[in-house]
Amino acid sequence: MSEGKTFKIAVGPVHPALKEPVQLNCEIEGEQVKHVDIELSQVHRSIEWIGTRRNPVQVVFLAEKICGICNICHTLCFCEAVESIAGIEVPARAHYIRTIAAELERIHSHILWAGVAAHELGFDSVMHYTWKLREKVLDTTEYLTGNRIGKAIVTIGGTKRDIEEKQFGKIREACNYYRQNFSRLRDIFLKDPIIKARARDIGILRRDDALSLCAVGPTARASGVKKDVRQDEAYAAYPDLDVKAITPKELLGEIRGDVYDRIAVRLLEVLQSVELIEKCLKQMPEGKIAYESKLAKVLSDVKQLKGEAIGRHEAPRGEVFHYLKMVGEETPYSWKVRAPTYNNILSWIPMLKGAQIADIPIVAASIDPCMSCTNRAAIADGKELGNEKLHRLSVEKTRSLKKGPGSERGNCN
Amino acid sequence: MNLKALNKSLWAFHFNSGSCNGCDIEIIAALTPRYDVERFGIKLVGTPRHADILLLTGPVAMDMKEKLERVYAQMPSPKAVMLIGNCGNSGDVFYESYSLVGPADRIIPVDVYVPGCPPRPEAIIHGVVKVWQKLEKEAKK
Repeated sequence: MSEGKTFKIAVGPVHPALKEPVQLNCEIEGEQVKHVDIELSQVHRSIEWIGTRRNPVQVVFLAEKICGICNICHTLCFCEAVESIAGIEVPARAHYIRTIAAELERIHSHILWAGVAAHELGFDSVMHYTWKLREKVLDTTEYLTGNRIGKAIVTIGGTKRDIEEKQFGKIREACNYYRQNFSRLRDIFLKDPIIKARARDIGILRRDDALSLCAVGPTARASGVKKDVRQDEAYAAYPDLDVKAITPKELLGEIRGDVYDRIAVRLLEVLQSVELIEKCLKQMPEGKIAYESKLAKVLSDVKQLKGEAIGRHEAPRGEVFHYLKMVGEETPYSWKVRAPTYNNILSWIPMLKGAQIADIPIVAASIDPCMSCTNRAAIADGKELGNEKLHRLSVEKTRSLKKGPGSERGNCN
Repeated sequence: MNLKALNKSLWAFHFNSGSCNGCDIEIIAALTPRYDVERFGIKLVGTPRHADILLLTGPVAMDMKEKLERVYAQMPSPKAVMLIGNCGNSGDVFYESYSLVGPADRIIPVDVYVPGCPPRPEAIIHGVVKVWQKLEKEAKK
């Protein structure tokens, strides 16, 4: 092949290495990736737009369907936003239940990810082992909420279900199970020479890149950015729990920001979540689980709100951010969801530059991407701004500029 | 159509048409040790050209419609489609969305419907058994 000649290959949207539809357009020279471009929007479901046509109590159910893996974080963020507009005070016990549910979700998500990462590396037996470990947390979730995946435990002003004293035993049992299996998991992922060879110094995200690309969650922490919403802007029961952002330095003694570091951070976070759940069980206060148990009363309280608010939560993949604006109508005027993958996806570009084609699957998986959370459209004045519309707006602006000075504002309705 | 080709274990291709991941992780859960359908030789394959069943999840987003049709066309006959999850079956909470073209059976023929949000792995396994029975019945004709 002649020197400097590049070829383009498209990975995705339907591809066995990607669990969800997204398209990576890679420019390659020989085996080396020279440049990467990402195409989103394959699975845009217009959830925010639907949300502006339903009342806040209904939107809670919609928020849960944004993502199947981290459904607590979206409902929690939305409820936080509604609560802060309405001035609803959530009972302390509800905060603890929310925290336990969120941490169980983190264990579930990180172990699931570990299995996917092992699968991408070609270790299917490890994938089966980790998914077997994961069943314990799913059993616990089912025991507490009635469902394996869709938990539906968070509601506006509190939670829908209580965690009673007699249920603590099963949760502690699950915590012990993960404590006991942690060392095995650590040995598999961090001591195996093949995993080390495939993950060490692969897909490096430098600290300054992580900062300038606004990476969040384990992706940022593995590059040495001590960023964690639970630590920086503690919400729910986290202020009582003293959470510290985890970097790979604690386990490995150094920070390189590669795939291996991201594995280490996620493994440590499983242990951290176990500790947080145990602390929550110890400190759980008595009291109500919701400020109001009658849904009709909650609905009448949140129907005609005026104001805007945000909700933030440290999801397993990083910070989730919901913006909500209500203008005195039954339905939200605007609802914006910014999921962690939206920030992290751009770090694919520095990670993949110079990597080999064979590294694309593991590097892509290393940020734990979640496309169903990420695909959003801009909404302006109640009209959705899709790709076509944006293009038309752009063309209109050029046209108006051509007409001469005075009309440069263009038609932006 | 020669359905005798399906006498052996069914191989599946998983297609995500805009699902929330809930059904997708339950499909993998059905394959992994707790439920372990791999012991019957049922497994996920990397390309639709090797697959007997299409496991379809999600409400079919506009962008994915054409890709779904192409993947379905690439599967060799005889083939079956299993639709997993409420949103593909009926639209569920997204029924009024502007960017969805589902329910999925308007786009490709569906053989077995597995409702649930998400359905439990047991339900997914039950769906696979239904596909099998259906194909066997057709083979005897």
